[in-house]
Amino acid sequence: MNTFVTETVSILTNAAMLFVVAAGLTLVFGALRLINMAHGSLFMVGALTVASLASGLTGGWGFAVALIAAVGLCAALGAGIEISILRRLHDREPLAQLLATFALVLVAADLAQRVWGTSDRTVATPVAGRFSVGGAVVPEYDLIVIGIAAAVALGLWLLLARTATGWRVRAAVEDPETLSVGGTNLALLRTSVFALGAGLAGLAGAAIAPLESVGPGLDTQIIVAAFIVTVVGGLGSVVGAALGAVVIATVEGLGTLWVPSYASSAGYLVMILVLAVRPWGLFGTPDR
Amino acid sequence: MPHTTTMATMLELTDVDTYYGASHILQGLSLKVGAGEAVALLGRNGAGKTTTMRSVLGLTPPKRGSILMDGTEIARAKTHRIARQGVAFVASGRRVFGGLTVAQNLELAARTLGKRAAADGRTLEDVLTVFPKLRELADRRAGFLSGGEQQMLKLARALLGNPRLLLLDEPTEGLSPAVVSDLGRWLDRLREQGLSILLTEQNALFALAHVDRGYVMLKGRITHEASAEELRSSEEVRAALGVG
Repeated sequence: MNTFVTETVSILTNAAMLFVVAAGLTLVFGALRLINMAHGSLFMVGALTVASLASGLTGGWGFAVALIAAVGLCAALGAGIEISILRRLHDREPLAQLLATFALVLVAADLAQRVWGTSDRTVATPVAGRFSVGGAVVPEYDLIVIGIAAAVALGLWLLLARTATGWRVRAAVEDPETLSVGGTNLALLRTSVFALGAGLAGLAGAAIAPLESVGPGLDTQIIVAAFIVTVVGGLGSVVGAALGAVVIATVEGLGTLWVPSYASSAGYLVMILVLAVRPWGLFGTPDR
Repeated sequence: MPHTTTMATMLELTDVDTYYGASHILQGLSLKVGAGEAVALLGRNGAGKTTTMRSVLGLTPPKRGSILMDGTEIARAKTHRIARQGVAFVASGRRVFGGLTVAQNLELAARTLGKRAAADGRTLEDVLTVFPKLRELADRRAGFLSGGEQQMLKLARALLGNPRLLLLDEPTEGLSPAVVSDLGRWLDRLREQGLSILLTEQNALFALAHVDRGYVMLKGRITHEASAEELRSSEEVRAALGVG
């Protein structure tokens, strides 16, 4: 029972962060038809921002301020990148866009090393409390992380299902030309969605900072995980990102428990399996 | 309505050249649509009819030439700005947002351009009065509608923006005869309301029954221009269009 509760909370915490990262990636893919390799770099910037602010801003509220600053910085960076680089490549072939975002990965990694150095940092857990459920001790911060992901899921659902802006985002996935003919400023919509995706990457990075060591390499590590999740869930689908995150976190969590030496390949195996059976992912659409 | 110079001009293309990559599609095209006039653009497949509309809409901007919408140059404007000038487009094919409901499709159109309308502009309620079927289908996903219902939705969506000029690309394509005659009635009604209309059609006989004037296109150029009546009776035109 103890192990079950501890494992469940730990799997859900991982799933929560994977979902927030993957949701950003999948939204950007849907509305811009762009695979953003630099999504992991924005995640790393989010984590590093919190790491450098955390020493000055301590405690729960201090951390909240650092988190909001990280999200704001990443969203602003995202908007800047979209306007200055990606917008110009929008009508080019997908390979040009992919290469541009890959170039951004390299530039971001280099810049991050100049600004933040090469050594790993640790961030103190902003809320150190623990409580016991069924005999197991659960860190309060894990529940906060799960709560953040739940809030993101709810927020995205409300946005996409209930607001005209959300309908525009969905319409842009289907038929951007018809949307612009109807009077929507597509360039503005694309910039906004990219900034939202970047903000989500930053949020995930900021929230995970107290749980992992923060430093170079975080970018590539998370982008691979986020790709696995989105491919399993279906590129472009937010619901798919949520399901994919739970599936991958569960497989990796149980893998670590039962076959530790193979755990790191578990996610890839699931991805290969899904690709073989349903190449468009669990919630994707076949014709894209 | 006569095509005299006394009529105010809603849309005027002058010497428009448009390319798709290296292929020169529109070759010095000029045409006019008067205020409140309905004009047909006829011609066989590949003559450049759709490209003409895409040029007006800024989807395939012309390389040279001028496009005036009610006196304002729009040849190099962004598509959404052109829409805000009062140009609405009903594309051919299934161009509804299939994942959104009928109500969301309409609501989106009303919220995007509808609010710019004058106080006497069309409301969602007005459009649903014209197309009562859409009210029944409100909660249906637009992707599940029949071809005729989608055509209705596309037209309703275009009208919600309170356009001054309506561009219709192959509106009868794929529709049953009953729906085609409904479409004809709606067009006549919009003409009575004074909307300027430019439509392309393979079905020249349908088009010429619902317009004042027509152009015949061949290989990116206008080859004939005449009143609907003259075009209907011209042997030469019937031959050019492949109408029996």
